[in-house]
Amino acid sequence: MKQLLSFVKKEFYQVFRDPKTLVMLFGLPVVQIVLFGFALTNELKNANIAVVDNAKDQASQQIINKIAGSEFFNIQKVLTSSSEIDAAFKEGKIKLAVVFPVNFYNDLMHTNKASIQVIADASDPNTATQLTNYINTIVSDYQSQLSPNSSVPYTIIPEVRMLYNPDLKGAPNFVPGVMAMVLLLVCVMMTSVSIVREKELGTMEILLVSPVKPLMVIVAKAIPYLILSWINLAAILLLSVYALDLPIKGSLFLLVAESTLLIITALSLGLYISTVTKSQQAAMFASMLGMMLPTMLLSGYMFPIENMPVVLQVLSNIVPAKWYYIIVKDVMLKGLGFSAIWKETLILMGMTAFFIVVALRNFKIRLE
Amino acid sequence: METVIKANKLTKRFGDFVAVDEITFDVYKGEIFGFLGANGAGKTTAMRMLCGLSTPTSGEATVAGFDVFTQPEEIKKNIGYMSQKFSLYEDLSVLENIEFYGGIYGLSRSEIREKNKELISKLGLEKEANNLVRSLPLGWKQKLSFLVAIVHQPKIVFLDEPTGGVDPYMRREFWDLIYDAADKGITIFVTTHYLDEAEYCNRVTIMVDGKIEALDSPGGLRQKFGVASMDEVFYKLARQAKRSAD
Amino acid sequence: MNAIELKNITKTYNKGKVLAVDDVSFSIAEGEMFGLIGPDGAGKSSIFRMLTTLLIPDKGTATVGGYDIVKDFKAIRGILGYMPGRFSLYQDLTVEENLSFFATVFETSIEENYNLIKDIYVQLEPFKDRRAGKLSGGMKQKLALCCALIHKPKVLFLDEPTTGVDVVSRKEFWEMLKRLKAQGITILVSTSYMDEATLCDRIGLILGGKLLSIASPEDTVKAYPEKLYAVKAPAMYKLLNDLRSHDCTMNCYTFGEYLHLSTECGEEEIREFLAESGHTDLEFKPVTPTVEDCFIRLLKVQSDGNGNKSK
Repeated sequence: MKQLLSFVKKEFYQVFRDPKTLVMLFGLPVVQIVLFGFALTNELKNANIAVVDNAKDQASQQIINKIAGSEFFNIQKVLTSSSEIDAAFKEGKIKLAVVFPVNFYNDLMHTNKASIQVIADASDPNTATQLTNYINTIVSDYQSQLSPNSSVPYTIIPEVRMLYNPDLKGAPNFVPGVMAMVLLLVCVMMTSVSIVREKELGTMEILLVSPVKPLMVIVAKAIPYLILSWINLAAILLLSVYALDLPIKGSLFLLVAESTLLIITALSLGLYISTVTKSQQAAMFASMLGMMLPTMLLSGYMFPIENMPVVLQVLSNIVPAKWYYIIVKDVMLKGLGFSAIWKETLILMGMTAFFIVVALRNFKIRLE
Repeated sequence: METVIKANKLTKRFGDFVAVDEITFDVYKGEIFGFLGANGAGKTTAMRMLCGLSTPTSGEATVAGFDVFTQPEEIKKNIGYMSQKFSLYEDLSVLENIEFYGGIYGLSRSEIREKNKELISKLGLEKEANNLVRSLPLGWKQKLSFLVAIVHQPKIVFLDEPTGGVDPYMRREFWDLIYDAADKGITIFVTTHYLDEAEYCNRVTIMVDGKIEALDSPGGLRQKFGVASMDEVFYKLARQAKRSAD
Repeated sequence: MNAIELKNITKTYNKGKVLAVDDVSFSIAEGEMFGLIGPDGAGKSSIFRMLTTLLIPDKGTATVGGYDIVKDFKAIRGILGYMPGRFSLYQDLTVEENLSFFATVFETSIEENYNLIKDIYVQLEPFKDRRAGKLSGGMKQKLALCCALIHKPKVLFLDEPTTGVDVVSRKEFWEMLKRLKAQGITILVSTSYMDEATLCDRIGLILGGKLLSIASPEDTVKAYPEKLYAVKAPAMYKLLNDLRSHDCTMNCYTFGEYLHLSTECGEEEIREFLAESGHTDLEFKPVTPTVEDCFIRLLKVQSDGNGNKSK
């Protein structure tokens, strides 16, 4: 046990003292997520919008003033008719338009109910979601200002319309994809490189001739990367929930458990690569080719698998990321439980078992 | 005597650390100039400055008549360089390596063909000429490396521990090549850990902690320190070193 | 009982295509310091790796501390200390972290065997918080030796421990080895520095996977069959070429400030020849061969035998 602890400690020291490894470990996922989020926040301040005020009454003016006063919006255009909206979007001058119907204040006062139309350019789905959320906030804020004066609450319903990308494809798909890629990248590459580095340095020879059991070397190598991957996972989830407004609909525990399964798949694959490569570059290259590319191309996160040639569709079945991607989408986005993903889980488990067996068989207690 | 390397108070600092501390010396044409020092004494840094690979912090130096500050590119054209890590391509054959380096230094086709013949016969590698360099024993690789480093007839060739890990017989064959090159007027600037090799040099400097502590012929140094071998000279000097890290 | 014993050990690589070790047998007594002397690629590292149970021989048997290197590899791994060639420790860990890591790996602690490494570690102590990657070559070797010694091994294997290390550090390193030997540790060390060979109890000259001779350094030198002269003149390169061109010359090579010459002719004849060639201020004296001379002779015989004449 003491051996294992000192081994793990050593492994951690090495990770934290090697700037290159650190960048790979934490820089990459954070950059991927933040780049996305950043592009978002940058545009979110002073987003150009258009207003079509068909009502021109007290309520519509107050809401428009609120919008104009918000740091998020910059009213670029005040249009006179809804027919001009389309042109404004096509010119790319605005990201969102708000349309007030005729008799807005009247409706609100007499029926206690009114609606406004919110049209967003959803070709950038994150921005669109974010902006409509802000409009909703402003509107409900106004609502609550009105309500204390009356016994019956006033309700303003924003009717949201997403232009160009009604399903808002993008952000939700992006997060599971990044998760799969980061976990695989970190685990496969880091384990394989760190073991091969010991071969190159000659320290592996010493470890082999010591009383240390080979299995312990492997476990000790895996533990730090498992822990680091959890940290990475937590970072990605936090970023996606708070920066990208992407809630976890299903069970968090299930999500973490499934991710841990993928981490172990990746660790065993990394271990296998380390047993068949001799130099750090070769290990790096094998991980890249064996993991990165298939994950990017064949997991379905960048390109829909349904549209691929049959050969690639069949091939995509051996990519662990594909199954993990399905699992995360089901759990995180759709909020489904284990009963929906048991098949995928089983497939991942099978892959893991296969890699572990092959890796252990290949791991030698001698050189050669 | 023509001077080919002239260093005057040449200094290189890395932050607070003075790697090379005001070294001053001349090297003459056709001379075999030995450059000794313990690990971390500053040899490699000094050599890099002279090769135009690293800009000195202060002082002045010319190599083959060119200034190390302003004309490093001219210097590179006039020198050859061989380090412990060979510059040869392991996956090219002996001939292909010679052709490649000949091409880099702008030799014509006919010159390269001539060089090929000359080098192969000098090394006695007729049978192995088309074999990959990878398959040659270390000693042969080092000899080939040296001949490739002087394929363009440079004025000076810099050798950084060229004989590490080679058997004593091969080391001598290597030195035969060095003698031969020096005899043809190429100046040799060489570092080594083998102190018997220091005896083969015309003059030897010993660096300690970035400074030149001794510069003379091997015989002169032995006499000055009143000892029987270069080994003892070196030991006496290097033991005073304060600095122990690279 | 012998600490190490090899019987007809043969090792090939690439499915028998490359012969690395060719039918080697020798034994090392307990507490002996045995030097394996040979150039790069002679088969030294292969022998080390077989004895440290990292490789399995194709043919032959060997024991370390009485244990068989194939069957009892676990037992051997408990009693040996090993410093592989180009062993470079964990560059990112400090001196102290490296040492304590290897201590735990070998199921011991720095304190437990401190007296064994004390002499060496004292010199490293000022740098104990420095990372191994930032140490000088000599310091690295000392740290590596400490790491190999930390569990008080019975047999110590050092594969080219001093390659690339300067003379001062090399001398210090060998001082340490002498002290370890005095504590009864059996040491098998390989080197390509001939001057280090004389510090061993016995040396084996190895070349092309074959052991050419095994004897004490003194006996190795005594077995030199020819007469050897040291020659010196102001024009050394010309002297070398002239002597090599003489018919009687069997071998002539640089040796420190002199040339070493073995010849079939008498001293007078050579002196006359050199005078005719225009050499003055000639120094010419018989010398006792060194281990290096013996080795050069063996290499020369071998090289000529292969038809690789390189005059």
